[in-house]
This record gives sequence, structure tokens and C-alpha cells, in this order.
Amino acid sequence: MTVESTAARKPRRSSKRTSAAKKPQNAEPQLVQLLTPEGERVEHPDYAIDLSGDELRGLYRDMVLTRRFDAEATALQRQGELGLWASLLGQEAAQIGSGRALRDDDYVFPTYREHGVAWCRGVDPTNLLGMFRGVNHGGWDPNSNNFHLYTIVIGSQTLHATGYAMGVAKDGADSAVIAYFGDGASSQGDVAESFTFSAVYNAPVVFFCQNNQWAISEPTEKQTRVPLYQRAQGYGFPGVRVDGNDVLACLAVTRSALERARRGEGPTLVEAFTYRMGAHTTSDDPTKYRADEETAAWEAKDPILRLRTYLEKQEIADAAYFTALDEESEALGKRVREAVRSMPDPEPLAMFDHTYADGNPLVDEERAQFAAYQASFAEEGN
Amino acid sequence: MAAQKMSIAKALNESLRKALETDPKVLIMGEDVGKLGGVFRITDGLQKDFGEDRVIDTPLAESGIVGTAIGLALRGYRPVVEIQFDGFVFPAYDQIVTQLAKMHARALGKVKMPVVIRIPYGGGIGAVEHHSESPEALFAHVAGLKVVSPSNASDAYWMMQQAVQSDDPVIFFEPKRRYWDKGELDTEAIPGSLHSAATVREGTDLTLVAYGPMVKVCLEAAAAAQEEGKSIEVLDLRSMSPIDFDAVQASVEKTGRLVVVHEAPVFYGSGAEIAARITERCFYHLEAPVLRVGGYHAPYPPARLEDEYLPGLDRVLDAVDRSLAY
Repeated sequence: MTVESTAARKPRRSSKRTSAAKKPQNAEPQLVQLLTPEGERVEHPDYAIDLSGDELRGLYRDMVLTRRFDAEATALQRQGELGLWASLLGQEAAQIGSGRALRDDDYVFPTYREHGVAWCRGVDPTNLLGMFRGVNHGGWDPNSNNFHLYTIVIGSQTLHATGYAMGVAKDGADSAVIAYFGDGASSQGDVAESFTFSAVYNAPVVFFCQNNQWAISEPTEKQTRVPLYQRAQGYGFPGVRVDGNDVLACLAVTRSALERARRGEGPTLVEAFTYRMGAHTTSDDPTKYRADEETAAWEAKDPILRLRTYLEKQEIADAAYFTALDEESEALGKRVREAVRSMPDPEPLAMFDHTYADGNPLVDEERAQFAAYQASFAEEGN
Repeated sequence: MAAQKMSIAKALNESLRKALETDPKVLIMGEDVGKLGGVFRITDGLQKDFGEDRVIDTPLAESGIVGTAIGLALRGYRPVVEIQFDGFVFPAYDQIVTQLAKMHARALGKVKMPVVIRIPYGGGIGAVEHHSESPEALFAHVAGLKVVSPSNASDAYWMMQQAVQSDDPVIFFEPKRRYWDKGELDTEAIPGSLHSAATVREGTDLTLVAYGPMVKVCLEAAAAAQEEGKSIEVLDLRSMSPIDFDAVQASVEKTGRLVVVHEAPVFYGSGAEIAARITERCFYHLEAPVLRVGGYHAPYPPARLEDEYLPGLDRVLDAVDRSLAY
């Protein structure tokens, strides 16, 4: 169902209302693009970018390694080593482009699918797998890489990002904060409230929405009647739609939004228009709700392929580079595989740890009871 | 400052002022907490003295208030958040339960959540719907949260000081109908633990356990019972999570009888937890089943009926009589 068809079935109370409702439908949403699906560089008046060969190869490498890691994790789930995996397949450009726009002192608030951003932040990929294997709920130190824990409740982290950004502003720092979320999350009240708070307090936060077209089985049309980036206007800050499969455009647009935040000009909404090539998670079956033709059409816009085409055509990378990268990818896959397989289960008593920072008599009592209960089996065994 | 007489509202105000003075990371956030000083004036004058950057009028969105407070805590701040009324906390319940309570554990201890959520709670002020509820059990049930409620001015001051210093989130329930009750406050005293119960009246025949607004009712009930020759001990629980079961146990081992009183509905209320634990701990000391007095399993009634709904002197004494008759 298209936006137009939904609108057309609405009762028309007046001709004025009808024409007002029609207007945005006729206007094709603008999409910032710097690299076409065919691998051609194009210019955009507002988003110039000039990257060295090293930088371009770096972006390519990031995307290739992220995809390889992601594929390994999916395989590990199929082998029973992980309970679940949320693949980022197809969203590498959105994540690497935005992730590489960040400074070290910026702070990231991810969803549970930001494996590419985690990679950019220097979070060891194996750390991301603990929660999917079921040995912890996250567990990495958010402050060591300025990368917050994965948040599973949809949209909650946008408020944390906003509060953190309010704190950055209070500290007089020129860091910026980025909140990741998706098209489904855009319907959450917390996302709306984060727009309100960040606008009112002029918080240095970038809202990076990866519109991957699907919230599990629901298409974006079930979330919104307007292009998502246009929501920003109602809150009083700019929104921009970027080609989410174009790593250069994602980098340029995010960098610009972050700079705007640093200058004290407040939030920006970036809608990265992309596609979830895989299932929502390994528990999902997209063949039940979406057509193969749609997936095939997006395959032609693959983020990695288009940059490779560009690198080859421009002779920025040669065959030896790609071969070496393939080897590095395989080594990463092997390292991740071995790390996951050797990841130990936590000690049972660990479930009580860190419930409270200050300690708690009830937790202590229950831990002691549970320890005694467990010890009773050991005694029987002897 | 020596001991002085002060209302609970003023004691809270003084305590928040002290917290703002002591630690530059302390922030006050909430709806109307600035110029107005909150609908109950608990933050009166604080924005004038500490500025809009530290005493923050927020948009009217409770989940946003708590969610941004979490982000500020991650940045190193210590937000003290005001929820305007008990019934309005629920838009924030998701952030409190799924994020605030669990963040420290999720991070395996790498981050702390020093956030205080102040909630004026309970009935007795003739208010409209959603302004008179006692939802403390809904928070006490959640691991990771601490839940407390002062009953007097001294506790209001000191418990707020301790709540602000806590590295764990504290849900701070303020007995709104007692805001204007005055009591002694010594701001130089050495306070006890935030989570210890206090024996506010000694007795030998029966133990009444209460907290927040019901402590006063129980003290009045104990005084009335005294006239009939019954010696009632009254414990002010002060903390609903964790609960000072040792103090309740010690009292019940002495008296052999226990009645728990709260405004919240009896069903699944704090009294149920106390009854179960004390029955387990003091089975052979009990002369009667643990009884509970509280709200009914019905929506909080319109104001004209709240005196019937709320546990009053007579309902507490009725339970005392039933216990003693065993």
C-alpha cells in the first residue's frame, strides 16, 4: 500500500483539506546521494565530501568486515551457538558512514542492530555476541568506547541520548551524541518525546533513523503517512533523507549534522533510506510478508558493491587489495567463531551480581539461600 | 543549625537545597518545578537560587523526564526528578522498569544510575482521579529499585539526603496529605540507615507496621488502644524495598501479633510480603495470623468516598481487636 492510496481512502471534508493532504505526496522526497548504485560519484550542493584513497578503502574495508562478522553470527545462530541474531545485512553503509563521522568523544546510543557502528567505535565484535548467546545482557563498558549498551525496548535509547546530550551541553563540551533507531521505533512515544526534549533544550544530538522499510513484518506505511525525515519539521529542527546504501552520503550528512550539534544549533533528524536485506532476526521469516521482487530491487542498490565498483573504476584499489581483504575477512570470521564457541556460561550465582550498586540485604539473603541450595547437591554427590 | 520545627514540605525543600549546594552534579527536573516551585511547592525558590540549568522545568512528558534523567545520569549527573502526582508516573513506568532499574546490572556494574524519583502519593486531600493513589508495590516488585517513604519532617530531610547520595535509583514516595505536618528536624544529627525501620512507639501486646501517611494513623490507634489497656508497638517501616525484616521480626517476637497498615490495596501489597516473611521467620512466636489493613481491590474512589476507602483509626483498631481476640 502506498501513502497515496491510504490518503485517497480518507473522507474528504473539504477541497482545501484534500489539496493540502495531496501536496507532499506529489513531491518526491529529496534523497541525498553522492555515489549512485552504479558506482558513479555525483555531487550535492549541501554535502561536499573529499576523501583520500586510504579513507575510501577504509570505508570499504569496514563494510566488508562488518558484513563478514554479521554473516558469521548468523551462521553461529544456525549452528546453535547463539540463541538469536539480528542481522544488519544491507545496512552497512548507513552504519559505517554514520559511525565514521563520529569523533572519539562523541557518544553513541544504539539499538540492538548497530554492529557496524560498534565496529567503528572499536568495540570488539565478540563482545556483541554475549547477549545473543545468552551469557550476559550486554556487559561491555559503555564508557570505554563511548558506545552505550544495546537497547532492546524499541526507542527507549533516544531519550537516554537526549539526556546525555543535555549533559554534554551543561558541561560546555563540544561533543555530540547520536541516537540510532528505526522506522518502527519512529512510532514510539519515547522517540516523539526525545524530539520534544532535544528541541526545547537545543541538545547536541543527531537522530539517525535507519528506515530499512520493515518493522519485522510491517512496512513503513504502517508507521507513517509522511516521509519520516519530515517529522523533524514539526519539532522545529531539520530533517534530511539520505541514501542509506551510499556510505559517502551517510558520512557527509551525519558529519554535517554532528557539526551542527557541536555549534550549539541543536538536533537533526537523519533518515537513512535503506533496506533490511535479511530477516528481522534469525527467528523471523520474511517470505511470509514481502515479495522477492522487492528484495531483488534493493540487491541492485547494494552498499558494498557500489563502492567496490567505484574503487575499481577509479583504480583506488587493485586485485591484491581485495584479495588481502578477503583473507582478513576470513580471519575475522574464524576469530569470532572461536571466541563464541569458547565463551563460558556465567556462574549461576552471577545472576545476583550488580542488581544494586550499593548492595542490598534481600539480594544477599537470596544469594546465600541459592548458594546453600546448590551446595546441597554437591554434598549429595560426594 | 540546631533542631527546629518544620513541615515535611519545608524539610524536603531544605534537603533539596542542601543537595544542590553540596554537589554541583545534582539536578532537579520536573513539570512546574521552576518558578512555581512544583504544585506542592516542594522546590519553591530553588530555581531562583540555582538557575534554570539546575532546576529544570521539563516538557509535560513523564517518560521523557525519566528517560532524559537516565541519560544525564550516564553523563555523570544526579537527577532528582519530580512526578507531579502518583497516578501520572505510569507513562514513565517503562523507562523506570526496563531501563533505570536494570541498567547497572545490564552493564555488569560499569555504569550507575543515581536517579531519585519523587512521587507525592496517597489520598486524603479530596482530589480528582489519579491524584490519590499508592502504587509503591508496583515499584518494590522490581529488582534494582529502592523504594522509600518518610513519615515525618526529620526523615523527609535525611532520607532525601541519603536518596540523592545513593548510587542506585530510589523511588521516593512523599505522603502528600502530611506535607504540612510539622515535626522536629535537626540538620546536624547523624541519621540512621535509609532502609532501617524505626520503632516510633514501644509496646508489648501487638505490633503495628506502617509507613508514610499511615504512621500517624497507627500512632493515634496505639494511643486510643492504650486507653483500653492495650500496649501497641508501632514500627515506621520507612523503606518498602529493601524491607528491614529484622526489625519487624524482633518486634513480633516480642509481641506475638502483627498488623500491617497501608493505603495501597491489600491485594499483592507490601503487607502481603511482610505477612509471608514474618510468618516464615516467626511462626512459633505468632499468637494470631498476620492481619492487613489497606485499600480495597477497587479503583480509588471519588473524593467523597475516600474516607471510607482509606484505613482510618477505627479500621486499624478493628484489626487490632481481631488479632488480640485470637
